[in-house]
Amino acid sequence: MPEPLLEVSDLRIRFGGFTAVDGLSFSVRPGEVLGVVGESGSGKSVSMLGVLGLIRTPGAKISGKVVFRGRDLLALKNAEMRAIRGREIAMIFQDPMTALTPVYTIGWQIAEQVRAHEKVSKRAARDRAIKLLDEVGIPAPEQRVDAYPHEFSGGMRQRAVIAMALSCNPALLIADEPTTALDVTTQAQILDLLRRLRADHGSAVVMITHDMGVVSEIADEVLVMYGGRAVERGSRTEVFHSPRHPYTWGLLDSVPRVSGPRVRRLPTIPGTPGAAGQGCPFADRCTHRLAACAEAPPLSGTAGHLDACWLPEEEKTR
Amino acid sequence: MIGYILRRFGAAVLVLFAISVLVFLIFFATPGVDPAARIAGKNADPATLAQVRASFGFDRPLPVQYVLMMKHLFVSHDLTSFVNRGTLVIPQIIDAVPVTLSLVVGAAVIWMVLGVGMGTLAGAMRGTLVDPLVMLLGVFGVSLPVYWLGEVVNLITQKQLHGSVFSWVPPLGYAPLSQGVGQWALHLLFPWLTLALLYAGIYARLLRGELINALNEDYVRTARAKGLSERRILIRHALRCSLIPIVSLFGLDFGALVGGAALLTEVVFGLPGVGKLTYQALQNLDLPVIMGTVLYAAFFVVLANAVVDVLYARLDPRVRRA
Ligand SMILES: Nc1ncnc2c1ncn2[C@@H]1O[C@H](COP(=O)(O)OP(=O)(O)OP(=O)(O)O)[C@@H](O)[C@H]1O
Ligand SMILES: [Mg+2]
Repeated sequence: MPEPLLEVSDLRIRFGGFTAVDGLSFSVRPGEVLGVVGESGSGKSVSMLGVLGLIRTPGAKISGKVVFRGRDLLALKNAEMRAIRGREIAMIFQDPMTALTPVYTIGWQIAEQVRAHEKVSKRAARDRAIKLLDEVGIPAPEQRVDAYPHEFSGGMRQRAVIAMALSCNPALLIADEPTTALDVTTQAQILDLLRRLRADHGSAVVMITHDMGVVSEIADEVLVMYGGRAVERGSRTEVFHSPRHPYTWGLLDSVPRVSGPRVRRLPTIPGTPGAAGQGCPFADRCTHRLAACAEAPPLSGTAGHLDACWLPEEEKTR
Repeated sequence: MIGYILRRFGAAVLVLFAISVLVFLIFFATPGVDPAARIAGKNADPATLAQVRASFGFDRPLPVQYVLMMKHLFVSHDLTSFVNRGTLVIPQIIDAVPVTLSLVVGAAVIWMVLGVGMGTLAGAMRGTLVDPLVMLLGVFGVSLPVYWLGEVVNLITQKQLHGSVFSWVPPLGYAPLSQGVGQWALHLLFPWLTLALLYAGIYARLLRGELINALNEDYVRTARAKGLSERRILIRHALRCSLIPIVSLFGLDFGALVGGAALLTEVVFGLPGVGKLTYQALQNLDLPVIMGTVLYAAFFVVLANAVVDVLYARLDPRVRRA
């Protein structure tokens, strides 16, 4: 098994008294796609922002270990971290409509990133931008390179953002719900694009989503998050074919099937899912609740398929 | 872009025409008032009245009157003030313009530099002690009325400390550029600072708010994820976008000040500018002068607006299409 590219252990992120990420651990190997799923507010974005050192909220406390290529990112100086951001680890955000600075052309913004990390001429950076735009499927890139963000559709903007993220050939691409704001057809195209780019560039990808369908299409490994914790982790086949955590069961059942009715549904509960102080964060919504759930279950299991649930082993296999 | 500029200035010309008609109607077509008596001033003798009536065509239809008035104003430049018997109005305004322009341009440079500097500093240093300190300074500037501050400045620099620290301060008044840049600037220094202080405070406060909003925008997060330096993110991304509303406000303020809104500063510092001219004309009910300055002010406000719109389109690609 190759060395992990990124290894996060016991990541904890607190905003004042609120714990958004509570002891999260996972790893990504080179070239691998990790799908991170979980509903809104489960801490997916915050944990990735924490990995990249992008949390600027005053009073936010981040602890744990984030080792990337042998270096602990949380211990790096600002300047060292800047050299990694955008060059070795790139990130794409949820909403392509607002992700680009409105007053500069697309090409300028791509060239800016290239020139932040490599000593190349303006001309060369622009040529690279055109090549990248072509690669992500923007028609007539020689002209479009001079367009402003508002002249692009949402799908085109997301393509432009992806082109920008890929401009320095990062070893790891973190994509935070890159398709959520787009219509279904465009979503499929963007996923296709990411898959193709991964084959061409060999980057590892962390794909954040709350859509199990997306995960099943693209991920090698799956991390299921709930209330700021990992509740299940394993290969795609394992998680989809023998899910072990009640929350994952619910997630899988909520994916619309082509035939047959939905089997189980998550009960809707008022309030937001957040990390409970003690105990299993999912306990309040769990139909299999036990007395032991008052205490948080550790993430444990065998051979790469882990889950955090007190249910006896035989009940975890459905 | 060229098309946009042409369209914008075409619109400005139309607006100016509309304003001139409106001003004309207000001054001369108000029912129940004899416009000749207004122009000639209080207690004018019948001969003057008759002369005014003939030269402005007050016995002829309104459109003809309008054309005649504009001719007096813009072609023959011979609109006369009857209060100050025989003084021509237009040359008076033309003499006053450089004074006002000198005052406002200098103050504008100072307040933009101060305002943008303070606003950026406060916005970028939010969460530290610098932010509230700078903003306190801004509030201080905003809350001092120009006439009071001006009088205090005069008291100190012209009287109390004139014998010692401020012996280099020239007497109140204006020194044209023909007397040398040094004298010109020296005479205007305190008027500039006094006028600029108020606006610097307002602009700093506004920019700080804009900047803090911009720094929370998604595109700033993208810029950070790109690995740009904090300084570049602040200046090239956040500040660049925050300046857009500042520029449009600046255009309006600048236009209004050149148009006569610097009146208080001009009066306090004895600068014979447009504001002071208007002020005197109002005191004497000198109608031709009032009308002249109103039209002049309108001209500058409209012009400044047009320039701002063009600048705005340069700064913000999103409005260029419109
Ligand atoms: N800057 C912040 N200050 C305080 N709380 C925050 C901050 N950012 C996020 N949170 C909280 O952390 C929790 C996790 O948020 P996060 O954005 O990671 O959710 P998510 O899993 O990405 O959800 P979504 O699918 O909606 O994007 C939420 O409850 C959120 O309110
Ligand atoms: Mg999110």
